[in-house]
Amino acid sequence: MENYRIDPAKGMEFGIYTLGDHLPDPTAGERISAEQRIHELIELAQLAEEAGIDFFSVGESHQEYFATQAHAVILSAIAQATEKIKISSSSTIISTSDPVRVYENFATVDLISQGRAEMVAGRASRVGLFDLLGYDLRDYEELYEEKFALLLKINEEEVVNWDGQFRAPMKNAKVLPRPQNGSLPIWRAVGGTPASAIKAGHAGVPMYLAHLGGPVTSFKPSIDAYREAARQSGFDPTGLPISTAGFFYTAETTQQAQQEYYPHINEGMKLTNGRGFPKQAFAQSDDLRTVINVGSPQQVIEKILYQHEQFGHQRFIAQMDFGGVSFDKLRKNIELIGTEILPAIKKYTAKQ
Amino acid sequence: MNIVALSGSNVGSKTRAAMDYTVNTVAQKYPETGVTLIDLADFEIQFSDGRHFLDYEGDTQYVAKTIVEADAIIIGTPIFQASIPATLKNIFDLLPQDGLRDKVVSVLVTAGSLTHFLIVEQQLKPILSYMKAQIVQDYVFIEEQNIHRKEITNDDVSLRIDRLVEDTVGLTETYMNMRKAQEEAYGF
Repeated sequence: MENYRIDPAKGMEFGIYTLGDHLPDPTAGERISAEQRIHELIELAQLAEEAGIDFFSVGESHQEYFATQAHAVILSAIAQATEKIKISSSSTIISTSDPVRVYENFATVDLISQGRAEMVAGRASRVGLFDLLGYDLRDYEELYEEKFALLLKINEEEVVNWDGQFRAPMKNAKVLPRPQNGSLPIWRAVGGTPASAIKAGHAGVPMYLAHLGGPVTSFKPSIDAYREAARQSGFDPTGLPISTAGFFYTAETTQQAQQEYYPHINEGMKLTNGRGFPKQAFAQSDDLRTVINVGSPQQVIEKILYQHEQFGHQRFIAQMDFGGVSFDKLRKNIELIGTEILPAIKKYTAKQ
Repeated sequence: MNIVALSGSNVGSKTRAAMDYTVNTVAQKYPETGVTLIDLADFEIQFSDGRHFLDYEGDTQYVAKTIVEADAIIIGTPIFQASIPATLKNIFDLLPQDGLRDKVVSVLVTAGSLTHFLIVEQQLKPILSYMKAQIVQDYVFIEEQNIHRKEITNDDVSLRIDRLVEDTVGLTETYMNMRKAQEEAYGF
């Protein structure tokens, strides 16, 4: 875990992630400017740091209704505005970028932040960016696998010799600058099925598992399959961190939390995804056994601890800003995380 | 309520004839209901390649989006080689796994022979269930001989379509009310 900058003795890490969506607030009916949204993200990272939150990450999306296409640039601003919180992408779409340029950016963010940068590399669930950036969708899988492998190689080797299908060969190439400690934690983004988790396990890289909704037990097979695949490929799974990522929102009572967050999820999904989020499925967030971490602080604590018990993961990353949640509400969430949720989670998961 | 009448083949005229009658019936009996006819013969639709339906362009995106936004879908389909046409299967493939959730779906089928009667039961309904549709159990099976030069010539067929429309609208209303009551009960 050490080479991924994680100390399990300190308990499970708690982070915040944003996809960088830029959506109207359905309760106010208006959308803030992209400028304001970006500034609020930077401020949110500062508030998270002040509350003691371990990690903050920003996603890359090139669709309409998003503001963080240049996520590495935003992360560099966050690096400058903060001092100790870990910062990362979630995710960087490695398939449609040059791993060399991506690595240069993130190594630089690591130096600006003095050793706090990480990367999550994904392949995009939406594919408009293939046209935008000039890639063929038929290469979807191969682009990701080849570029992800090159990214890892650049991270591990100071002098790179490489050739492949989608990029000019590299001969004794140095990719500079190097991160503060020579390398960065690079996570593989994994979606719903165990098949995807198994690939991460075979590669022996940390897994970042996104979950939208459903019972905890539905995600357990992916976690188990990941560790088993790692073991089969000769890696020690106890040295490989797992992070989960999903919806999160807290308020005084569970019902109030559901009431406040649901319109954002539902209306935001309609715009970005073409369909709303079924209310029936969202209502089940009040059940301990489901992964949507929406509820009163006590409810959310119990849910996260239950997930920790099942998954044995090292980090949970909360998405609480989807669909135009107002900054006041975000501030309130951070406050409750800092005063109630974080202390409880650390208390129960840290080594005594 | 917003109904889409989906005519599932890009050749032939019998399914379209039955769908024209169906759309007229909806418009006459339920003037307050919006009904959109999508005849796949009128569109250039690409084969599904697995992307999200909003990431397609042109006709493909229009058709997928229109179906996703419907409250109810009346599917009309011929039977080709003892199955549904590829054009119709492609529509299902364009949509998300649960793309028919909270939608009522009813079916009418035109076929050259009675030997095809169970095709809907054995091949179409499993797809609809998998995609979470609320299926109107009875479907209207129309033999070729009941349509002549784009007109339905058998009163029994017309009356059965009338009942299918009634059941589709009735069930859609029922499910919408049921869902509304259920969602209100959640208290958020």
